[in-house]
Amino acid sequence: MIGLAAVMLLATTGRIAGISGLAQSALPPLRGGVSAAVGAAFVLGLFAAPVVYMAATGSAPQMTVNPSLGVMVAGGLLVGLGTAIGNGCTSGHGVCGLSRLSVRSLVATCVFMAAAFLTVLVVRHGMGG
Amino acid sequence: MMGPVLSILAALVSGLVFGLGLIVSGMINPLKVQNFLDLFGTFDPSLAFVMGGAIAVALPGFWLVRQRGRPLFADRLRLPTKRDVDTPLVGGAVLFGVGWGLAGYCPGPALTAIPFAMTPTLAFVAAMVAGFYLARLVRPGAAEGAPKPLATTHKETHR
Repeated sequence: MIGLAAVMLLATTGRIAGISGLAQSALPPLRGGVSAAVGAAFVLGLFAAPVVYMAATGSAPQMTVNPSLGVMVAGGLLVGLGTAIGNGCTSGHGVCGLSRLSVRSLVATCVFMAAAFLTVLVVRHGMGG
Repeated sequence: MMGPVLSILAALVSGLVFGLGLIVSGMINPLKVQNFLDLFGTFDPSLAFVMGGAIAVALPGFWLVRQRGRPLFADRLRLPTKRDVDTPLVGGAVLFGVGWGLAGYCPGPALTAIPFAMTPTLAFVAAMVAGFYLARLVRPGAAEGAPKPLATTHKETHR
């Protein structure tokens, strides 16, 4: 479904389904009306997904979130900063970039996967560093 | 001019399908994501198949779209044109990876989880948006964020 959605977006609007990029294009300062509206519409579609899912299945998906607001804020800040500077996240580099056979995206994906593996290793097992 | 309207509707539907994919696959569950990232502990490889499956669909799909050369409701494909592996790319990926490992959220699942209105999710998204803006201060050249590669892609149209 993720791959299908990425192909749908490219085939219809010509845009790459990079969530960090689409979300940023929907935030001020807005550049180009249609571009911002496409980004905003995609994000609205994401918001609609839980509603449709719960209407269809009658239950919420299983979700366990770290209750520490400090960790979540630090994580959010790093994810926002990193995806903006590195021009992409799991969807833009990981799915769309690899599907375009982009070398930049292959490097980015290997780097953020390695950084994430290492982070979980340090946080959960107290090793590495 | 129907193009923009159809583009916006298509983006809405694409976002819905994408979000449902994230929910059904379990990507929306930060604990599951962290278990996937925990190679030496609770390693749960199922999310690798989610990413692999998405690529298995998108790879031939993207190829077909590029053969056609032009999107249905817009004048051209807006594909990134940068080819060089530079410091911002690698540095940004490191920061993103650390944040992803810490919280278990990347941007798509975090945004999709907003309607569940859990406080940690909302805190993550607020901080992520702050991070988007902070990046413009740290690196003014990236001020356009993702739209930047979009502005320069005429030559990509017929690839």
